[in-house]
Amino acid sequence: MNVSTEEAALSAAELRRREAVHLRRAKAADAVMRAVLFAAAAFSILVTLGIVYVLVKESVAFFRHVPLSDFFTDTQWTPLFADAHYGILPLLAGTLVTSAVALVVAIPGGTISAIYLSEFAGARVREAVKPVLELLAGVPTVVFGYFALLFLTPLLQRIHPNLPTFNMLSAGLVMGIMIIPYVASISEDAMRAVPKAMREGSYAMGATRLQTALRVVVPGAFSGIAGAYILGMSRAVGETMVVAVAAGQQPNFTFNPLEGAATITAYIVQVSLGDVPHGSIGYQTIFAAGLTLFLVTLAFNILGYMLRARIREVY
Amino acid sequence: MSVAADPRAIERIARANERRDAAFAVLGLLVLFVALLVLTALFVDLLIDGWPRLNWEFLTGYPSRFAHRAGILPAIVGTFAVMLVTAAAAVPVGVLSGVYLEEYAPRNWLTTVIEININNLAGVPSIIYGLLALGLLVHQFRLGESILAAGITLALLILPMIIVATREALRAIPSAVREAVYALGATKWQVMWHHILPYSTGGILTGVIMGLARAIGETAPVITIGALTFIAFLPDPPFKAEFPFVSFEWLTAPFTVMPIQMFNWVSRPQAAFAVNAAAAGVVLIVMTLAMNAAAIVIRNRFRRRVRW
Repeated sequence: MNVSTEEAALSAAELRRREAVHLRRAKAADAVMRAVLFAAAAFSILVTLGIVYVLVKESVAFFRHVPLSDFFTDTQWTPLFADAHYGILPLLAGTLVTSAVALVVAIPGGTISAIYLSEFAGARVREAVKPVLELLAGVPTVVFGYFALLFLTPLLQRIHPNLPTFNMLSAGLVMGIMIIPYVASISEDAMRAVPKAMREGSYAMGATRLQTALRVVVPGAFSGIAGAYILGMSRAVGETMVVAVAAGQQPNFTFNPLEGAATITAYIVQVSLGDVPHGSIGYQTIFAAGLTLFLVTLAFNILGYMLRARIREVY
Repeated sequence: MSVAADPRAIERIARANERRDAAFAVLGLLVLFVALLVLTALFVDLLIDGWPRLNWEFLTGYPSRFAHRAGILPAIVGTFAVMLVTAAAAVPVGVLSGVYLEEYAPRNWLTTVIEININNLAGVPSIIYGLLALGLLVHQFRLGESILAAGITLALLILPMIIVATREALRAIPSAVREAVYALGATKWQVMWHHILPYSTGGILTGVIMGLARAIGETAPVITIGALTFIAFLPDPPFKAEFPFVSFEWLTAPFTVMPIQMFNWVSRPQAAFAVNAAAAGVVLIVMTLAMNAAAIVIRNRFRRRVRW
């Protein structure tokens, strides 16, 4: 007896029973999966809570030893020396200078590329250039660090012989080139979102491409472009390997990009490599520095998110 | 007198404007060209510097105090082991969250919080993930400075990327497909599992590979948990000749990965190690580029096969 005749032999009642079981199982699976899916989505909240928990817990222990006033006003950061000073300012200055150099490269570079790709380039050029920009974003940052230290710095030293081996200028320049694709890509999205009718109106008035781009498209996409800048800033502040390799690891309270200095991220790397004992003040400093970094980038991210969200507003 | 009255003046203005247009087009091309040039310079520089060391001994050798004898085998093996853990952890969680947010999530405050949170996680600097791993995975959960800890850390880092890629892949599937399956009486999960997920595999896979390519190049979070730079052995092999044949001891092994090996060599003052760093950089770039290229190929293939 084969299967189909076997089924045919079953009573109608049995068939109905089997179908009900089947249906119940499918519904149970559906309910279970709904819960599993929700748990997966909610997991990301746990990640954030974990970050905040770890950073705050160790920072609280740190600030029991070090008053907040020292942390924000002392101009020396020597937590691992006998004469320990815990002023975050040198690290903040290093972070600020390298980021500023990076933005001087990334903002014009990113904006010009975006305007060109969105308003000037033909479809063929756009399709050819975009993957190249993506590749630029995909190169591991430690490779960019190598490039800054062993290619760009010697090159700059030919122009300016007194430039030290570790300096914030070449780290910042390379970081800027690295950030161009991020700024370009988000700015271009924002410019594309500007309705065609606005461009056509402008052309109808006799405006050229450049006039239309600068006076109609860029202002129309302003919030999105500003969001791209803020995101670029956040990237620059959080970038680690380029500065750890090329800017040096000596905390140095200076605003001169021709000198070497440590950034917040470079300091964390340096201490992690040194194998500080768990629970020591040296261990806690990297979490206090990390909390500072987290709060700065969080502020940037929220601001950038709000600005980019405004692109979706109607015109 | 107004400009409009003088046709030659208008023509002059128009010419000047056209020139500015052309000048900007040149400027735009120049900027893109410089970006391209930097990328090329970077490749060429690495290749020239690293060429003397790019041989079989380098790929299959162990680290050494002597630059000319040092190799990257433990770093390559470590990279693959860590990637395996990263993929195993990030793919299920990422894809399932993506499905929830795109297909299930009701519009309420909780969903909004989750979405904003994922957006924000994508912007958290990678070294912060390193601190999370150091405090939570290494010390609280006592995973040690192991392949397991590193894999999970990188999984958390690329989770937002995978979620976003999954959502985009799902969004590309027309609702008619869903409606057709519902009309046959399928439950929501059946619709997802038998139809929506298989159709969006291409997009999801692209996102996963790009995420893993990013994870390969990440150095900072793995340094923070204390990955060693001098590993003269390989982790325990996962498959064995004797019972029970499968071993998970490699998960708890100390390790090193490619970017850390490279960072270690770059930070040494001796020029001979810089050559090793360049050679390691070439291998690292080839790895990430190969993965990105694979992702692009997959994206194009799936795009061609399925037309809605």
